[in-house]
Amino acid sequence: MSDDIVNIEINGQPVTAKKGQMLIEVTDRHETYVPRFCYHEKLSIAANCRMCLVEVEKAPKPLPACATPVMDGMKVFTRSAAAISAQKATMEFLLINHPLDCPICDQGGECELQDLAMGFGRDVSRYNDRKRVVKDKNLGPLVSTDMTRCIHCTRCVRFGQEITGIQELGTVGRSDQVEIGTYIERSVDHELSGNIIDLCPVGALNNKPYRFGARAWEMVAKPMVSPHDCAGSNLFGHVLRGKLKRVVPQDNEAINETWISDRDRFSYEGVYSEDRLMAPLIKVDQEWREASWAEAIEAVRDSLRTGVSHEGDALGVLVSPNATLEEMYLLNRIARHLGSQNLDHRLRRRDFSDQSSDPDVPSLGMPIASIDSLNGVLVVGSNLRREVPIIAHRLRKAALAGADVGFVNPEEYEYHFASAAYVDAPLDRFAEKLAGVVAAAAETTKTNVPGSISKILADVKVDETARSAARILSENDRSLILFGQIAARHPNFSAIRRLAAVLAELTGAQLGFLPEGANAVGAHLAGILPHRGPGGVELEEQGRDALGMLASPRSVYMLFGMEPDGDLADCALAEQALKAADKVICFSPFVTQSLLDCSDILIPLGTYAETAGTFVNIEGAWQSFDATASLVGDAREGWRILRVLGNELELPECDYQNASEVSDALAAELGSGAIDSALSSRAGISLQSTDVADLTLDVPMYAIDSVVRRGKALQSTQIAAETREGGSEA
Amino acid sequence: MSIGWLSEHVREEIDHWVAKFPDGRHRSAIIGALQAVQHENKGYLTPELMDAVAAYLDLPKIQVYEVATFYSMFETEPVGRHCVSVCTNISCMLRGSDEIVEHLERKFGIKLGESTPDGKIFLKREEECLAACCGAPMMMVDHIYHENLTPEKVDKVLDTLD
Ligand code: SF4
Ligand code: FES
Ligand code: FES
Repeated sequence: MSDDIVNIEINGQPVTAKKGQMLIEVTDRHETYVPRFCYHEKLSIAANCRMCLVEVEKAPKPLPACATPVMDGMKVFTRSAAAISAQKATMEFLLINHPLDCPICDQGGECELQDLAMGFGRDVSRYNDRKRVVKDKNLGPLVSTDMTRCIHCTRCVRFGQEITGIQELGTVGRSDQVEIGTYIERSVDHELSGNIIDLCPVGALNNKPYRFGARAWEMVAKPMVSPHDCAGSNLFGHVLRGKLKRVVPQDNEAINETWISDRDRFSYEGVYSEDRLMAPLIKVDQEWREASWAEAIEAVRDSLRTGVSHEGDALGVLVSPNATLEEMYLLNRIARHLGSQNLDHRLRRRDFSDQSSDPDVPSLGMPIASIDSLNGVLVVGSNLRREVPIIAHRLRKAALAGADVGFVNPEEYEYHFASAAYVDAPLDRFAEKLAGVVAAAAETTKTNVPGSISKILADVKVDETARSAARILSENDRSLILFGQIAARHPNFSAIRRLAAVLAELTGAQLGFLPEGANAVGAHLAGILPHRGPGGVELEEQGRDALGMLASPRSVYMLFGMEPDGDLADCALAEQALKAADKVICFSPFVTQSLLDCSDILIPLGTYAETAGTFVNIEGAWQSFDATASLVGDAREGWRILRVLGNELELPECDYQNASEVSDALAAELGSGAIDSALSSRAGISLQSTDVADLTLDVPMYAIDSVVRRGKALQSTQIAAETREGGSEA
Repeated sequence: MSIGWLSEHVREEIDHWVAKFPDGRHRSAIIGALQAVQHENKGYLTPELMDAVAAYLDLPKIQVYEVATFYSMFETEPVGRHCVSVCTNISCMLRGSDEIVEHLERKFGIKLGESTPDGKIFLKREEECLAACCGAPMMMVDHIYHENLTPEKVDKVLDTLD
């Protein structure tokens, strides 16, 4: 047995433990429950609540299990008379100032204090004096406070210090006057702040939009997957009588650990937005009228048949990258069946010139969890905290563990760790700046770059920052280039991506993509692309990309789950094209004036919360989920609508009974063929400076998709306010 | 930038404290920094000054607020210009600190923790043992100890203040 292992005894049972482990980790692993409040696996040890006291042989006093390292031969008793009396005494002290307001507390039924009070509390209080009262704090639109309930475990404080890196809450005052708060009134603004709601073991910090909405025991928890970014955080939706009341994290060490972003937690409000489309609508003689489902599907069928009868090219299909894999596969099948290859999900992309070099799927190229152990990362064109907060958190972990992290960005975003290099790359000179890093890498690694770009590199200036950015990748053996959404939306995207690929090659770094939407990888697998079918199979006859099918207007459009005035690179172009079209069919959960103006048929679509489906994240994990909430109004699940439409259009083999049959069919079509996530780019590039003056490449965090845009609480956050004003961010 | 609130002297003082702690432990210099700042600001701290200290030390503001509200020697509201702290801990209490407090409160017409309306005297709220038990009861006036107090002695000390 190695020196690192010690033998101890827990309640008479011999167990082994790793040297230096705290007792509570060992008891947890052996399913011996020790009560606790301040201890949390993901946070540092504070040992300030004293609830975890246990008896240790030969120790004169009970010891806190969370802060007592194991020692060989230790005999621990977690349920002995001494241990229990210590735990009960702690509980009595904790309850002295805790209000007895469980009946009106949202935490009731899921409160660690309440649970432990059942186990360790006395039924009658011996304390007859006045309880202390603490004024509530206003922490902004997401987190409600009832500070009298706080037991000063400081989990929320440590979360700020350790997880987000920006301490927003602190312990103000001392002894019986101590309060958790911000001292000067301000909101908690970090994009992961909502997690303090789950961390708080009592009802002091709670979910503000959900306040007084339901009781924990009335709701059913259903597993969900984040619909807003490519990480695919695991969630639970808590449902009461078919209605989604709140969203909480579902632990998944491989993806989101135990955290979720505020966007994932609070966006569900958008599901119940007032502008939900409640029934199919058809425009007849410029007048909108409600239609039955049968009528509506017939109308869609007829519009497609007549509009597309002569040539498939007349149809353009734009699909949200947040659509499910099932919806995407069916859309792909329907469009191809009608002879159209004009199919795209890359709605905010502006440069498709090198799309033939796209990887089969835009993936990270490694498991998400391995970001933690990288030692060199260069972020290229990404406001990472806003784009994929969970990946940004992983990156911060890596940086704190010693990784060199650098950025090539148009703006110096705040990351709360020290960056190893920041290459200031204004949008109009972005490619040139990145080329500087590539040239520096060629210089340090003394490697020749491919001929097509060597000429270009000869002209770029290599400065010290470029060199240090290149060194981050070349001098570390586990290095990654994180290619973000600002770069992907850039008008010079092809050149930028080619440069990133060359940089990866030169330095031996992995090139990982952070595509927009929850299911961009799924869209590639399902063939929502104009030039490729399912599984990345190159098409002989290529269609028009998202921009192309708007620039040369089609006569029929199908828009799926996206809003033409918010989800496209060029909304003005879309408006023109859609107005000129004969028929525009929108599958949308929402109805807005601009949809009414531009479309002819509106089909009410179930949102992510109301449909079964699958999202494929950037590590290639297929994550399937069932419908969480009941459909609003007369909306239907997307895959069902499309299946019926497929039948109407006589699409062969389209009798799927449930969503998983659809994804199984896709999986069968993909076969076991390896998916290649490498870029095959060989295209020549040019570094002409681009006119980017009016472009928003950094799409605000809470404007990224139609559901988030309708999340009321999110829209009243500081993050939303700052991005509306276009100001800088904290 | 809010650092502008700090005088040249205060900055030197803060640098002196920072130098005393190992690298990366400059959070420990908050106490010294706040003392220097408070001294220059008529005995109390303002949010602007605390923010300036946070900015100067490159720490989250809340960490400075935490220290300022924790230690009894820091005041976060305006106070009288002379700070009078009467020890009320055990030795002083046994030797009659209660009468001293009563005398003071009557003399100035204010309670512990309050300042006189003319801004002259501030009676510090509850002071713990100041380590002068052998001269109990005692009080501290503007950092100077006065021991073996009687009401007459208190008057004599305080009446000479400007
Ligand atoms: S607010 Fe909650 S998490 Fe924060 S210290 Fe109080 S009890 Fe702990
Ligand atoms: S859990 Fe051990 S002291 Fe709080
Ligand atoms: S008890 Fe007053 S100085 Fe010690």
